[in-house]
Amino acid sequence: MIFDPFVLPFTIGLLILICIVFYKFGGWIKKLSSEEKSKLKKGLFSKNLFKAIREVFYESLLHRKIFRVNPKLGYMHMSLAFGWFLLIVVGNIETRIHSGTKMNGPFYPIFFKFFEHHREAVPFNDFFVFIMDFLLLFVMTGVVLAIFKRVYSKFFGLKSTTKLKVGDKFALYSLWFIFPLRFMAESLSSAVFHTGGFFTGTTGNLLASFLPASEIYYYLWWAYSLALGMFFVSLPFSRYMHIPTEVLLIFLRNFGVNASKQFNSFSEIEVNACPRCGICIDKCQLNTSLDNKKVQPAYFLREVRFKQVKEETATDCLLCGRCEEYCPVGINLNNIRVAKRREFAVDYTDNYNYLPVEDVVKADVIYFAGCMTHLTPTIKHAMTKILDKAKVSYWFMDEDGSVCCGRPLMMSGKDKMAAALVENNKRKIQASGAKLFVTSCPICLKVFNEEYDLGIKVMHHSQYMLQLVKENRLKLKLSDKTIVYHDPCELGRGAGIYEEPRALLKRFNNVVPNEFEKENALCCGGSLGNTKLSHEQRNIIATEVVNQLTIDNPDLLATACPLCKKSFTYKSTVKVMDIAEIVAEAIPASSEMNVT
Amino acid sequence: MKFGYSITKDRQIDFDRNDKRIADYVREHEPSFKTCISCGSCSATCSAANFTDFSFRKIQLLVRRGETNEVKEEIKKCMLCGKCYLACPRGVNTRNVIIQINQAIEKIERHDI
Repeated sequence: MIFDPFVLPFTIGLLILICIVFYKFGGWIKKLSSEEKSKLKKGLFSKNLFKAIREVFYESLLHRKIFRVNPKLGYMHMSLAFGWFLLIVVGNIETRIHSGTKMNGPFYPIFFKFFEHHREAVPFNDFFVFIMDFLLLFVMTGVVLAIFKRVYSKFFGLKSTTKLKVGDKFALYSLWFIFPLRFMAESLSSAVFHTGGFFTGTTGNLLASFLPASEIYYYLWWAYSLALGMFFVSLPFSRYMHIPTEVLLIFLRNFGVNASKQFNSFSEIEVNACPRCGICIDKCQLNTSLDNKKVQPAYFLREVRFKQVKEETATDCLLCGRCEEYCPVGINLNNIRVAKRREFAVDYTDNYNYLPVEDVVKADVIYFAGCMTHLTPTIKHAMTKILDKAKVSYWFMDEDGSVCCGRPLMMSGKDKMAAALVENNKRKIQASGAKLFVTSCPICLKVFNEEYDLGIKVMHHSQYMLQLVKENRLKLKLSDKTIVYHDPCELGRGAGIYEEPRALLKRFNNVVPNEFEKENALCCGGSLGNTKLSHEQRNIIATEVVNQLTIDNPDLLATACPLCKKSFTYKSTVKVMDIAEIVAEAIPASSEMNVT
Repeated sequence: MKFGYSITKDRQIDFDRNDKRIADYVREHEPSFKTCISCGSCSATCSAANFTDFSFRKIQLLVRRGETNEVKEEIKKCMLCGKCYLACPRGVNTRNVIIQINQAIEKIERHDI
């Protein structure tokens, strides 16, 4: 077998890496529930396998999602991942063709240019020399960009880049060294043996003109092998563990394994799949508005991974979901955050026995305003007007003051207490015999949809009003007002309702677009998800958001969440209205004409 | 001997000797608690107060007086909905105050504070 001592650091490093990764994977898979395990087994023999491979290709190699955030950042990641992958694949093909079926060490393709000096003997030599040089150049551009990014991240659209700890830095620097060292080693070897292509050959000759190539090239191969070995050994303990873990995550997801409420083995895999790329840091309003750079998922997940979660990191988060929306790995960040909050939460009661067992009214439709709507009474008055006009047979369930839906408790990790409220509300809803449940509060909406298991349709008032208009039960006056619609976090990213409120407003108004809309919508700062923010901090966020939304000076700033309305009202010079108020205002008096 | 009546328990609160553990803990972890003026806006808007005699104003009074046992019972009624926070003219972070009070109670029970 072809061998030289310098291959040892690489080979040993690779062996250690493979052992640790398999050990970790094994541990995670073992801890999956039996249901999840059977999904994994079934998935391996289904067409989902090909879907998973396709996704691995698009996301782990091409990094499509990062391209969407910023093309330059996407190119950097793609050139490193896809370029390196192709170097390995093409290198292997090259050596396999050359050596026939002979068994080679794993190091043979990696250090091929050291071992093989008689390139004429290699089939398709010109092609391979060219393609390998081209790929090396491709990867090198990525390395140069990566180093540049550490110095000037703004170039990549990143205002802030992740602050790294020692382990990550060690891995990062060894990664930076790998390809320049390979490039130097190959260049100087090709100067000595005349084996290089357009890239390594040219540089080799140039370097040889002032360097004693034949004396130093051997040591460069040593250095290259050492850099590889160091990177491989540090990989499982650094953020680069995301490389193998993301592949596992993509496979599991495609086989139907999903995040559950509790922090489990799947969450552990998600945590390890975080590359700490830092895209979440820029999307987080606690950073952009309040300059808090400690709590973003990149840092939070690191704390989770190394089991050092601080209460502040778990709690100081708006749960707005912007990070989750842009996470290139697609980690369920809010889920993990809430799961970790449970570890700090104190469930101080499990019953609210003072809550009344009052009469339940039989009706087709239940209208539930929600606590926050009671603080913005114009919204509930608008809703009752609309429901009356449309002649809906409804029961205003919390007319005399609301029993909380339980979501604020859940967001704080107090699930047992929330369950007591859920039970109370659920009993009333089911006893009423209603077929439809309408709420004005997106925070409530999510919990009624996902936790109550009511068996009846749950709608946000914007959806229901659109339905009433479509069914011609509600007629509206046309208006030429320009409206910017603000997507509440809980309604948009939380429940995926982006189009219905717009469709409703567009029927009788002029809705204009804004940079921060739909998936990119900002949080109003009022979020119940965060218990740490002070009043002043919330005001800063709200003011910035209002300024962004009203930048084109619309006639109205519309929203569909009472809490957003409350946050914006005193910050905005433009009038802030809930979508229900706008609709209620557009209901014509019986004498008026010109209706849609 | 029974007289058919009893003597009411002394309700005097000695501010030099009362139990300040919860109050101190909350002040440290949620400083906005100090700015409360006991105006009662929170009580007026409280979801729980609609059904029972609970209110945030009462809680903060009990905490300041150091009536730990009463706080422990009273606070169980809070639904953490956050209406009081939105009504508060002083911007007291009421939800975190409730959470911190509970943590303080837990710590007292574990003899941590």
